[in-house]
Amino acid sequence: MGSVPVEARRSLVDRLKDIDRRVIFVFIAVAVIIPLVWPIGLSLKASPPARALFNEVESLPRGSIVLMAFDYDPATEIELGPMSLAFLKQCFRKGLKVVGLALWPQGAQLARTSFSEAAEGYDVRYGVDYVNLGFKAGGIVVIDSLGKNIRASFPVDVDGRPLSELPLMKSIRNFADIDFVMSLSAGDPGLPFWIMIAQGRYGRKVGGGCTAVSAPMLYPYFPNQLVGLLGGMKGAAEYELLVGEKGPATRGMDAQSIAHAAIVIFILIGNIFFFISRRRQKLMGART
Amino acid sequence: MTLETFSGTFGLWMGAALTLCIFSFLYKDNPFYRFAEHLFVGVSAGYWLVYNYWNIVKPNLIDPLREEQWQYLLPLVLGIFMLTRLFPNVGWLSRWAIAFMIGSGSGIMIITYLQSNFLEQIKSTLVPLDPTGQPWYVVVNNVILLVGVVSGLVYFFFSKAHTGVTGRIARIGVVFLMVSFGASFGYTVMARISLLIGRLYFLLHKCVGVI
Repeated sequence: MGSVPVEARRSLVDRLKDIDRRVIFVFIAVAVIIPLVWPIGLSLKASPPARALFNEVESLPRGSIVLMAFDYDPATEIELGPMSLAFLKQCFRKGLKVVGLALWPQGAQLARTSFSEAAEGYDVRYGVDYVNLGFKAGGIVVIDSLGKNIRASFPVDVDGRPLSELPLMKSIRNFADIDFVMSLSAGDPGLPFWIMIAQGRYGRKVGGGCTAVSAPMLYPYFPNQLVGLLGGMKGAAEYELLVGEKGPATRGMDAQSIAHAAIVIFILIGNIFFFISRRRQKLMGART
Repeated sequence: MTLETFSGTFGLWMGAALTLCIFSFLYKDNPFYRFAEHLFVGVSAGYWLVYNYWNIVKPNLIDPLREEQWQYLLPLVLGIFMLTRLFPNVGWLSRWAIAFMIGSGSGIMIITYLQSNFLEQIKSTLVPLDPTGQPWYVVVNNVILLVGVVSGLVYFFFSKAHTGVTGRIARIGVVFLMVSFGASFGYTVMARISLLIGRLYFLLHKCVGVI
């Protein structure tokens, strides 16, 4: 490098500094696609919030009632879908009864998919071991009404069947009959409302999963108001690891890690060339 | 091929084609991207109109009224008041509906919000600094928490000039805020990469079948 003229070096620096953003897009795409097709199997360790959630569910006696809220839509399915599958599989393995509902319109359909996928391989029956109450508009008002009377907000299940026809729902009236609340939340209404009402007002234990974007806002609730939290795809992969059911999140974490490494490298390269360029400009200014 | 299978396959390939159309914007703006964008906006508007009627308006208003539950006339009237904003001469009626929403919303939220997001959060910062009976790293963590909370609050205390001791504490607060913003940005990057992984997983798994 020492023998290369200053002008040539500057042009190289400038060229790299002004690199076309589409080149970066290609690098990121390659960094994501290759680990997806050929998984590397990078090591993953469960964080304390994920482990705390897992241990709390493990400690529930057989037959306990878990209320699970599917407060998300297809846009965040890649982050929250794997969480729901891993969590439901743990519940079915433990013999817990799951009551699903949604505060987001499309959550009811996603709940249906998750229940049917998670139930494969377990001796569980709809109406006896799990139910899907469907969607109800109203957010925090709906959660509050669950504390008084579930039937007031959900007189029928997602398919229009009266709750009186579902054996599981015969003994469940309100939050007093719920042992654990789990909210998979992509925004508003979501986990903060469950914390405010189910935990704050009715004293239920609440766990949650959320998108990576909202994770920094929700971590302060752990451990006093939230027994555990899964943040983004990483949280989903951690839970898959704990439950022993590797799924799309575990596969995605390789791609996630490599993409992050690529972004860090680009940030470093960008900064290095920025400082080199500024130094060259100073030198050129001093000469003139 | 049954109709159900055909519709599933057609939907799958439509999803793949539209995903590629949207991704094409990364190269540059083009007609394929615009087609997908306009299609998304139009379909979303139609979808949500129908969805909201059948899942919100009908079960929460029309059905109860058909069952002669006349108390539901109140939300019906308030709902109509909301629409009066479209007519300037009676637009003031919409304020009644808005006032009802703000009033009931505040009543439900204020106490609960203060309890969960203010008092409980303050309680969470009251952590033991005594090293007796707890691991050293927990004590260090608690000290960091205390310093971060206090210095962050001092930074947002504007009734005293940020000079001298106050200024130095506020500067420590800025460091904590920067770390917090950095963590938030990192999580945001993770979320965006997750979305990319989601779409690529869809293309490679469901459409191409290579994973």
